[in-house]
Amino acid sequence: MTGKGRALAWQAVAVVSATAVVLYFSYNVVTNLAVRGIQFGFGFLWAKAGFDIPFHLVEWDVNFSYGRALWVAGVNTLFASAICIALASVLGLTLALMRLSGNLLAAGTSRALIEVIRNTPQLLQIVFFYFAVLQALPPMRQSVTIGTSVFLNVRGLYLPEASGLAWDWISGLTMAGVLVAAVVWRWAGMVVPRLLVLPPVLIAGLVLAGFTAQWDAPALKGVNFVGGVRIPPEILALALGVSIYTSAFIAENVRASIQGVHRGQTEAAFSLGLTPGRTMALVVLPQALRLLIPPLTSQYLNIIKSTTLGAAIAYPEILQIFARTVLNQSGRAIEVMTLVLGVFLVVNLIASAGMNAWNRRLTLQGR
Amino acid sequence: MTKHPLFRALFGSRGNTVVTLLMVVAFALVLPGLVRWMFGHAVWEALNRDGCRAVDDGACWAFIRARFALFFYGTYPEAERWRVHLGLALLVVIGTGTLFSQRRRGTWLLALMVVVPVVDAILLAGGMLGLVAVPTERWGGLMLNLVISFVALGGAMPIGIALAFGRRSTWPVIRYGSIAMIEFWRGVPLLTVLFMGLVLLPLFLPNGVSVDNLVRALVVMTIFTGAYMAECIRGGLQGVERGQAEAALALGMHNTQVQLVVVLPQALRLSIPGIINIAVDLFKDTSLVSIVGLFDLMGVVGQSLKDPAWTGLASEGYVFAALVFFFACLVISLGGSVLERHFSAVPRGEKG
Repeated sequence: MTGKGRALAWQAVAVVSATAVVLYFSYNVVTNLAVRGIQFGFGFLWAKAGFDIPFHLVEWDVNFSYGRALWVAGVNTLFASAICIALASVLGLTLALMRLSGNLLAAGTSRALIEVIRNTPQLLQIVFFYFAVLQALPPMRQSVTIGTSVFLNVRGLYLPEASGLAWDWISGLTMAGVLVAAVVWRWAGMVVPRLLVLPPVLIAGLVLAGFTAQWDAPALKGVNFVGGVRIPPEILALALGVSIYTSAFIAENVRASIQGVHRGQTEAAFSLGLTPGRTMALVVLPQALRLLIPPLTSQYLNIIKSTTLGAAIAYPEILQIFARTVLNQSGRAIEVMTLVLGVFLVVNLIASAGMNAWNRRLTLQGR
Repeated sequence: MTKHPLFRALFGSRGNTVVTLLMVVAFALVLPGLVRWMFGHAVWEALNRDGCRAVDDGACWAFIRARFALFFYGTYPEAERWRVHLGLALLVVIGTGTLFSQRRRGTWLLALMVVVPVVDAILLAGGMLGLVAVPTERWGGLMLNLVISFVALGGAMPIGIALAFGRRSTWPVIRYGSIAMIEFWRGVPLLTVLFMGLVLLPLFLPNGVSVDNLVRALVVMTIFTGAYMAECIRGGLQGVERGQAEAALALGMHNTQVQLVVVLPQALRLSIPGIINIAVDLFKDTSLVSIVGLFDLMGVVGQSLKDPAWTGLASEGYVFAALVFFFACLVISLGGSVLERHFSAVPRGEKG
């Protein structure tokens, strides 16, 4: 058939021209690398890094390898993403509830905030929090004191640190229990929404654990604080900037999904005698959640990608450590960029696959 | 007992009253200080930061006034700024003509796609026709944000249309090629893409060919935006009723003709809200080029803050930049809703 023949011909043309472009680029890359005397390969990952990573959650030392630096920076990226996702969800929900509260003042304020946040660049917000707010804080000796043992100064936020056997066990078990419950809730045939029960349980468990813990409060000794944990201003600025920016979008998604639930559902619930609160919790929210998941997924993926903006304020995430420090030291542009792009592609694919699976389960349950 | 609806909206129930009072307390805590800083105790005229502080402790707007031209044109030579204005005027006039003229739409479109880019490039860069050459290192401020936005948006349209059709193609090579292209660019952060342009683009080109820093950013921003545009236009293509294509085929039109003349225009009309969103996001994201060494509005503000005469004025600088971005985005959104109404399938007056 001519149609089939034409299809084959055009696809062959596409393949040949794509291959030609790739070959041309590869040829240029090979000559360029040869001119610069660089050998392609990932062997450099085992070489000694020799630079310090100021903020690290897993062990780091200047003698570790570039490969370990990738792991440390990756953990930093995921850590920032997790904080931002949690914070953005809470803020977004708050803004959405204000918007839907029916209170004129709260709804108007929420709307104004959302408009301002959505129409200014995310980078601007991060940099504003870093340079205009956190870097403008007083030095160590004149720290802003919140309560008796929380200090805020130009070096970051100092919090008391909890320790002790009872603390470890109670807080660990609470978090694990809540996590397990969140997963198996529906399989166990529970009809009360998870969101109503699990957060209070989590908070109660952590408060209980807090009473049993030994608190190591930071204290000013000489020129520096001793004890407690320091949260550096870079992570604070990144978390505030990214989560406030995304919360405006999440708020709009939440509002759209709640308003997307058919009015008849609410009316039917009312006519069955359900109170407004129970209607919201048992009828509207579960259905709204189904509409919410796809847009929420893309917001969460945006957050993971947005953490790269930490490079603007030198938060040691993957882009900052690899595309800047490692690239400058080793000059291995192709390898470094492949790794950085690869990490984000893989994280994105895994996250969207997981969210899609969850979404499919929720959709099937509906009707 | 009837009450004013406004009263009911604020104090209708116990919960409502509590919320209202909480909001009033929050406002009382935040607003007076903010207004005091921004206006009451602000200093509008001073020679440097110390001059500001000597007068009052509010915002030092004298800093913004001193740097005003820098924030809008970067270090573009003062004597040549008329070229920026002329280029912008040309774009606005021909852009408006293309979108709103009822006759000779083809000519307008050709002018927008060929005349405007060429003339504007010559105007801004110079170096010919008696115009003094202005190297791109001297382009900066809001002007640079606008240049990047327009180039990336203009270039993203054809890329997006091609990829959107490619993704709907029945030919597997084209379809999976387009999908891979779209998903790759949408799966990676813009900043890594900009770094890629910075370090990889020179490697991909023949040895010795050097690419302007601005061009590197433009290339990657255009392809990046093209991938998002493709998904938006694909949504539009899906929204066009199948009957349209079938009717056109029944009239004896060739399939390519059907897609380009019948389906695509309707799809683009349906995509307008999405395209406006992309334009707003793109405009905000142009601020990211400040991280890869270009001096857009964000970059210029950041650089000005390092000036010893105006050090420590980050709040003033970034609040001003935020205001500029906010109003620019507002203009894009408003323009978008005008466009949407203009191209709406339902004639005006028959809606609702």
